[in-house]
Amino acid sequence: MAQTGGLTLPTAKPWGLPLRPVTALRVAIIVAVVVLWEALSASGWLYRDVVPSLLAIGQAVYATLSDPTFYFHLGTTAYEIGIALLIGGLSGLAVGLLLGGSKFMSRAYEAYLYYLGPCPKIIFFPLMIMWFGVGPGSKVAMGAISCFFPVALNVAGGMREIDKVLIRVGKSFRANTWQMVTKIYLPAMRHPVINGVRLGLGVALIGTLLAETKLSNRGIGFLVIQAYSIFNMPQMYALLIILFVISIGANTVIGRFGGLDEIRRS
Amino acid sequence: MTATLANNRYLPPALGIGSLIAFVALVELLIRVGLINRFIVPMPSDIIAAFPRVIVEEHVLSRFLLTAAEAFSASILVTVFGVAGGVMLYRYQLLRRATETWVAAIAAAPLVLMYPLYLVIFGRSALTIVMMGFTAGLAPVILKTLEGLSATRRVLINVGRSFNLTPSQQFWKILFPAALPTIFVGLRLGLIFALINIVGVEFLINFGGLGQLINELAERYDLAGTYAAICFVILVSICVFILTERLERWLRPVD
Repeated sequence: MAQTGGLTLPTAKPWGLPLRPVTALRVAIIVAVVVLWEALSASGWLYRDVVPSLLAIGQAVYATLSDPTFYFHLGTTAYEIGIALLIGGLSGLAVGLLLGGSKFMSRAYEAYLYYLGPCPKIIFFPLMIMWFGVGPGSKVAMGAISCFFPVALNVAGGMREIDKVLIRVGKSFRANTWQMVTKIYLPAMRHPVINGVRLGLGVALIGTLLAETKLSNRGIGFLVIQAYSIFNMPQMYALLIILFVISIGANTVIGRFGGLDEIRRS
Repeated sequence: MTATLANNRYLPPALGIGSLIAFVALVELLIRVGLINRFIVPMPSDIIAAFPRVIVEEHVLSRFLLTAAEAFSASILVTVFGVAGGVMLYRYQLLRRATETWVAAIAAAPLVLMYPLYLVIFGRSALTIVMMGFTAGLAPVILKTLEGLSATRRVLINVGRSFNLTPSQQFWKILFPAALPTIFVGLRLGLIFALINIVGVEFLINFGGLGQLINELAERYDLAGTYAAICFVILVSICVFILTERLERWLRPVD
């Protein structure tokens, strides 16, 4: 009994290092990158300031984070992305439910979404400026368009993959439509819906920020392009680092939701 | 009843095309009536009429070829470095355990926002556009290559072992062919990411092929032309997706 796991050998720490090899390698890679970066920065091979020293970037990150105007721009961008996610996400959810619930509708319309989905959305920006003006409206529209497609396609796909048994259980309990949606469909589709929102957030972020870099006077995208136009490279690196940390963090947080769900189901 | 309707071969696609045409006709009508401002949305008939003008006067073919060349260069780079990166992570499992989450995080990051940085490093040139496409497409190819190689069936690897294959034979005769369909899924993703970013950056920095065309026409306030150019870019990207999808289906093993 219970002998199946008996073959695992005690893991010895190789090379007598205090760290696990994976951690040691990670530290080594980070140190190597830092050393290379500083060497490149000090060498003067590239244009001055294209590769600023890490100290300068660190100072810029600190200066940016302690500047109140940064939070005004961050708030503007967050507001635009939030509204975009709301509009794009809800319309995506509605269209996804419609397409996923009816084979006829899906065969009639889903191909259009499927092929429009991966098109470069930023090319619609000139139209959005015409329709919604140069203010936050056009950025929200860009984010909403970007976010709509992954949510709609994921919801439609998720709805089709619901276990038929669950639907039959609901029907045999004589659940009405509202109960079916809240007790059966949505809980069963949680995983694809969350995944759709995760993808949607990623592309809404890109759509909104790219629109801000093209034409705006506020938002993080505006700050990035302003740092470019006055050639403040440490500032640009700082903004990009902050942005990547925020977006990867948001992605991980939403991904955890989906992951948790998966573990519970299995 | 609905099931037979849904299974009808022609009816649903006909409805799709029919509603598209009806929508376009409705827009045309609303503009003619004056409910939609024609200086914001041009008439669909004007857009269709603008197609030949845009194609001839704006040198769409040479622009298309320029964008295609940029996409092609980026995909070559993505293929070489992405597949090599995936193979390296598969070969050195320690490296994989150390960096796979990093690569996944990079794949999720909004990399295209680095374009102002690339403008500084590579200048306002085709190189910036190609490098942006390359950066955007790299991570998915690495991850998919790694996934394909790791998912090679144990039995195939054992067959190779029992034939006493050398490591390089084992790779080229067993692992690589087994992983090829998954690698191609990654390449298709990488190509699509590269293409999106290439057209996007062309538009944003007003340089190069099809993306710049839209920007230029919009800045000239040539509304019908802008809409026509956008339709053209969408058609081109749809053709690319369908083509690569066919290729992917052809490569996928029958199981």
